Amino acid sequence: MLRYTVRRILMIIPLLFLVSLGVFALVLLIPGDPAITIAGENATEAQIDATRERLGLNDPVLVQYASWAGNALTGDLGSSLFSNESVVGAIGGRFPVTLSLTVAAMVAALLIAVPAGITAALRRGRWQDRGATLFASVGISLPNFWVGILLIMAFALAFPIFPAVGYTPLSDGVGPWVLGLVLPGITLGTAVAAEITRQLRGSLSDTLQQDFIRTARANGLTARAVIAKHGLKNAAVPVVTVMGFQIGFLLGGSVIVERVFGLPGLGDLAIRAVLQRDIPMIQGIVVVSALIVMLVNLVVDLSYGWLNPKVRQA
Amino acid sequence: MSEPLLVVEDLSVEFATDTGWVQVLDGVTFGVDRGETVGLVGESGSGKTVTSLSILGLLPPEGSRVTAGSIRLDGVELVGMPKRRLEAMRGDEISMIFQEPMTSLDPAFRVGDQIAEVVRRHRGGSRREAWKRAVEVLETVGIANAGSRARSYPHEFSGGMRQRVMIAMALSCEPKLIIADEPTTALDVTIQAQVLDLLRSMRDEFGTAVVFVTHDLGVVADICDRAVVMYAGQVVERSEIDALYATPHHPYTEALLSAMPQLVARTGRLATIPGSTPPAGSMPAGCRFHPRCGHVRDRCRDTLVAERRLDGGGTSRCLRVSDLVLKGSA
Amino acid sequence: MTTTAPTDGLDGREALAPPEPTARARFVRRFRRQLPAQLALGYLVVVVAGVALAPLLATHDPLVQNLNGVLQPPGGGHVLGTDDLGRDVFSRALYAGRVSLVAAAEAVGVAVLLGVVPGLVAGYAGKAVDAVIMRVTDALMSFPPLILAIAFVGVLGPSLTNAMIVIGVIFAPRFVRLVRGTVIAIREETYIEASRSIGTGTATVIRRHVLPNALSPLIVQISLTAAMAMLAEASLSFLGLGVQPPDASWGSMIERGFRYTASAPWLTVFPGLLIALTVLAFNLLGDGLRDSLGREIRRGS
Repeated sequence: MLRYTVRRILMIIPLLFLVSLGVFALVLLIPGDPAITIAGENATEAQIDATRERLGLNDPVLVQYASWAGNALTGDLGSSLFSNESVVGAIGGRFPVTLSLTVAAMVAALLIAVPAGITAALRRGRWQDRGATLFASVGISLPNFWVGILLIMAFALAFPIFPAVGYTPLSDGVGPWVLGLVLPGITLGTAVAAEITRQLRGSLSDTLQQDFIRTARANGLTARAVIAKHGLKNAAVPVVTVMGFQIGFLLGGSVIVERVFGLPGLGDLAIRAVLQRDIPMIQGIVVVSALIVMLVNLVVDLSYGWLNPKVRQA
Repeated sequence: MSEPLLVVEDLSVEFATDTGWVQVLDGVTFGVDRGETVGLVGESGSGKTVTSLSILGLLPPEGSRVTAGSIRLDGVELVGMPKRRLEAMRGDEISMIFQEPMTSLDPAFRVGDQIAEVVRRHRGGSRREAWKRAVEVLETVGIANAGSRARSYPHEFSGGMRQRVMIAMALSCEPKLIIADEPTTALDVTIQAQVLDLLRSMRDEFGTAVVFVTHDLGVVADICDRAVVMYAGQVVERSEIDALYATPHHPYTEALLSAMPQLVARTGRLATIPGSTPPAGSMPAGCRFHPRCGHVRDRCRDTLVAERRLDGGGTSRCLRVSDLVLKGSA
Repeated sequence: MTTTAPTDGLDGREALAPPEPTARARFVRRFRRQLPAQLALGYLVVVVAGVALAPLLATHDPLVQNLNGVLQPPGGGHVLGTDDLGRDVFSRALYAGRVSLVAAAEAVGVAVLLGVVPGLVAGYAGKAVDAVIMRVTDALMSFPPLILAIAFVGVLGPSLTNAMIVIGVIFAPRFVRLVRGTVIAIREETYIEASRSIGTGTATVIRRHVLPNALSPLIVQISLTAAMAMLAEASLSFLGLGVQPPDASWGSMIERGFRYTASAPWLTVFPGLLIALTVLAFNLLGDGLRDSLGREIRRGS
């Protein structure tokens, strides 16, 4: 297990290197002179030169990369071109909102997908199965901002149960925090729920055909124990994989959902940065989100060891 | 007590197919006494596995139905018994060992936990007690270092060892009856012998009755007291084991005997039974075995044959049972 | 068709199909059983025809404003009502559909162009080249797609073409993997070895064997990718990073309508419904094609 863990962690290093190259290359893509873009269109020649000097744009590209990557490794992603706030600080300040939203979405997705997937697997070919399959197809096809707007129309405007916009920090109380996350969570979680339902249905109904399920039944275990314990644990590997894949989707989707519900999270920060062409901020957000995706995938891979004992030896 | 431990009486089962319900078991009848080992013998397609699964109530509820007959364990009717009561009996009073030791244990749980789970299901008690019992039965079936081996996962065992674990699980609640469905077929010959030895000593030690399902009459001779031979969903012959080998009373039994690999060494050739088991739903008229029978007569082709009681206490489903002298293996 | 019911085992329902004459006949026969995919195909044909014939079907000029008739509900002179500048929603939706569909097509085109060649190279070259290409695709796939798209658009400046090129780049790894997998699978086949041993060149092998075999999964993947590209375009345009006014796509129509959620819900409901149905159609078509085009899974082939 230890060797597996170490090897899996080492695999991240080349990936990290490529990701950093890609993010750094963003600057090279700026059309025209980046110094002008960054200093602003009304900047004087002197200001532009100063900017060029400050950003090290006179150095060779490799030197620029080395200094940027070196700083990044020490946790310094530069500072905003507009507020002078450090990029890491700005991201850290917004992170709790996006984390709350992502967790809310995952919870909403599991609350929908686990019962739906299990029911579909147990009632294969009947109306429950058809309903779950239809939901899985429709769920991944809905634009999430549209779902969000419809939910606001229904449950914030027509029936004012939940707030339409805004975020209440956890420090202001669990109740308001949860209440404010219900609609955004469902909005962001719908597509994930659809994916997990589809995967769980297939994976669980395959598992239930296995010989060891027959053994469990032949030894008198209740249908509930057979499905919940032996069925679900063995069906979990592909489901957990799919959940891991969804993290990238969740981070991207949070940009949209934060916009719809006016949540001050990373996505909101990203859009501001893009509209202001705040390059260091954009780079920082991309690096951090890629890092999150890699970490989640690492955790997913390591969880296989628990779910499937055979992996531990590999 | 007059009735045997297990009574299967006139059992008929149908399966759903694209074209409707098709009969797969036709009036299967046999009994098993306490502590007795009975071989349920036949080729694949004979209905022996369906018979054993229906005893445990493990046939798929939607694709199958019992249309007639009775299955009684210790006088208690199992056919039509509520699901929950049947569940509670499985693993406790009656349990089953399957053919595929490689896939019949859950790969995601330690073997000790899997046995302990069955123990707690039927005996209750604490986790610790159940675990102790699991280690104990693993010891009983001859697994060395049972205490630490219980913490291993199925993939860490060899096929023969896994089959021992399966037997330990089946024995964990000291059932009255174990159904062993081809428990040695997937194993190497030497391992087969060890597992058979184990089953025999378990039977002697705990007095558990065993239904031994197999296509291999050689194994039956090794371990069984009596044999029930099935063909195409029917019982064609029932007999004491020695009598069966000495003088079979059904041409199908004779054919099976001559196809025993153990005989090859003596005769120098392996006889095979020509043709194959007819598929359910398209059974031949008359005696179901007549298209493959070497002793067939015209009347065999259109006369329905009932089981006939024989002098020695056995039965045969052959029209010519009184005028045929069949070759045994002795 | 004969049905056999084995008396042993649990599954008593195995159907044996007669042998297939040709791949195309098999596809047609299987696709006929896929009702959702047929409906999806029909819907897509209608939508494509609708947006292609937008000038004929539009009841109003999509750009003409009528500040005396803003936010009119559906009905009356405007089938789907008017927007905040008094423009006809139905006519705008027709033209916006052109933008949305063309944008999706651009992204898919870029993804296919960028995906097929590296996939072929990775599958053929093997070893180091393969490893490098696969690590690059891994890295590309570890960015959250939408975040990467937003970042690129932020750097390049908002424009629909920029956005779609970026989306295409992000989806390219799917095609790299698909083509690479096909190449590797095909290289193992004996008939390729035989063909190479009589001196057939790599280019010919690719043209004769690899591409035809990759075609079916490619078509399926194109349909599914079109669905994702449409959603991505809609998202970027909703964020104001895609199509720029006065042009509109379905996504940017929703963005505009979002400001009037309470007073004019039709501004968001109809374009959203169009996106949802079109994306669903691409997904269902992709699923249906996969089930119809796949190799015979059952026994006998």
